[in-house]
Amino acid sequence: MGKATVIPFGPQHPVLPEPLHLDLVVEDEKVLEAIPQIGFVHRGLEKLVETRDYNQFIFIAERICGICAFGHSMGYAETVESLMGVEIPKRAEYLRVIWHELSRVHSHILWLGLAADAFGFESLFMHCWRLRERVLDIFEKTTGGRVIFSVVKVGGVVRDIDAVQFAEIKRVLEGIKDDYRQIMNAFLKDSSVKNRTVGVGHVSHEDALALSMVGPFARASSVNYDVRMLGRGGYAELADFRPILDDQGDCYARCKVRALEVLQSIDIIEEMISRIPEGDISVSVKGSPVAGSEASNVVEQPRGECYYYARGNGTKNLERMRMRTPTSQNLAGMTAALKGCDLADVNNIILTIDPCISCTER
Amino acid sequence: MAYNSKSPWVIHYDASSCNGCDIEVLAALCPGFDVERFGIINTGNPKHADIFLVTGSVNEQNIKVVQEIYDQMLEPKAVVACGICACSGGVFHDCYNVLGGVDKAIPVDVYVPGCAVRPEAIIDGVVQAIGILDEKAKAMAQQKKGA
Repeated sequence: MGKATVIPFGPQHPVLPEPLHLDLVVEDEKVLEAIPQIGFVHRGLEKLVETRDYNQFIFIAERICGICAFGHSMGYAETVESLMGVEIPKRAEYLRVIWHELSRVHSHILWLGLAADAFGFESLFMHCWRLRERVLDIFEKTTGGRVIFSVVKVGGVVRDIDAVQFAEIKRVLEGIKDDYRQIMNAFLKDSSVKNRTVGVGHVSHEDALALSMVGPFARASSVNYDVRMLGRGGYAELADFRPILDDQGDCYARCKVRALEVLQSIDIIEEMISRIPEGDISVSVKGSPVAGSEASNVVEQPRGECYYYARGNGTKNLERMRMRTPTSQNLAGMTAALKGCDLADVNNIILTIDPCISCTER
Repeated sequence: MAYNSKSPWVIHYDASSCNGCDIEVLAALCPGFDVERFGIINTGNPKHADIFLVTGSVNEQNIKVVQEIYDQMLEPKAVVACGICACSGGVFHDCYNVLGGVDKAIPVDVYVPGCAVRPEAIIDGVVQAIGILDEKAKAMAQQKKGA
């Protein structure tokens, strides 16, 4: 038995695109404990809600995180809409779902690439990111932005997608599907990838529930929960939705859940495009939230359930805006998964929870 | 030293960015924009890096990290502030935990605005930084001759 040593991990680390600091207490090659330290990305943007009116804050909300930008603007807008009792047109709901699912496709492919980079499979990383560019091209054509779109407003959406663009989205997604299956094969069948992921960073079903884990991280430990199955907003129109589950709870299971979710999202987009109704894309919203009114909302972000809470005070500014983001829920699960792992697997485990630090700290 | 500008290595650090600029920095390094064709490689080691790409504004917690990375880089070096947050604080300039642009912590050579900054703009910024890197290298060589 050796002596326990503390190895600092991050905030600047080649495997992390974002700053997260971990003190890894190691003995020989085994990690005894991982103590996270956060606060490198804290900006304090919830407080800005006091100085921006509820229409302006939507631009701040989507800059909580650049990867799940659309989800945050949608979640915020839905919260304010329910605060003010606004009902948005059906077409806007469909459009929001389409963009949100496209964001999930881009986020998951991005994550698959980063995970490949974490276990040193650089060519796979490059392939994933090349595929992702095609999703970003759809965003650019339909919204004008690559990562931050500014298409949601309180009361609907700002831009419409016409039939020609829908046809093109469908065509591009078909192409993506073919290429994506090859990448997925590499992730799920390649023995060198499997050696790094199978059985690593195991989290049991009981632990997943006890630690309130959310999103694909929890679903890989067979926690049957996905906000989309509650059928909020446009998701109510889906014919059938079943969360993708796995019962292994290791890094491989998390890869598998996310990999399959991409195909599921593409199916949802195709279903939405085939059924989208004609009509307006927004309603005009006047007035301000009533003093003391409260609303809450949940959205399934690419990383899991995100909870929003808003309280009005009778003026254009909200009194309080609060989010509980998926990664802050999952950090406890991450430290549990890190306990007892090999030092060389730390990268892998951190990446497979798909941490989004700027969501967590805001 | 003279060939530094032929294959400058970059290091990327997310100060307190929203990730938008970070994924664009990575996108610039990946196929699609592919700056590797110019010999630019992303490295995790400050001692190997010539160009420092910072995204996001600085706060009390990360200002020391930014300065530490900058100090560890060897001369000549150039700093590119990617995105409007790194330039001035951007949309978050009046948040209580935002000190301002990266120039509050370290000297910045090239400012690349945009929210989120586009990969084309990042490439343009890096190309300008290469010119600055060359000038700095020349100045260093001259100083050495004079000494």
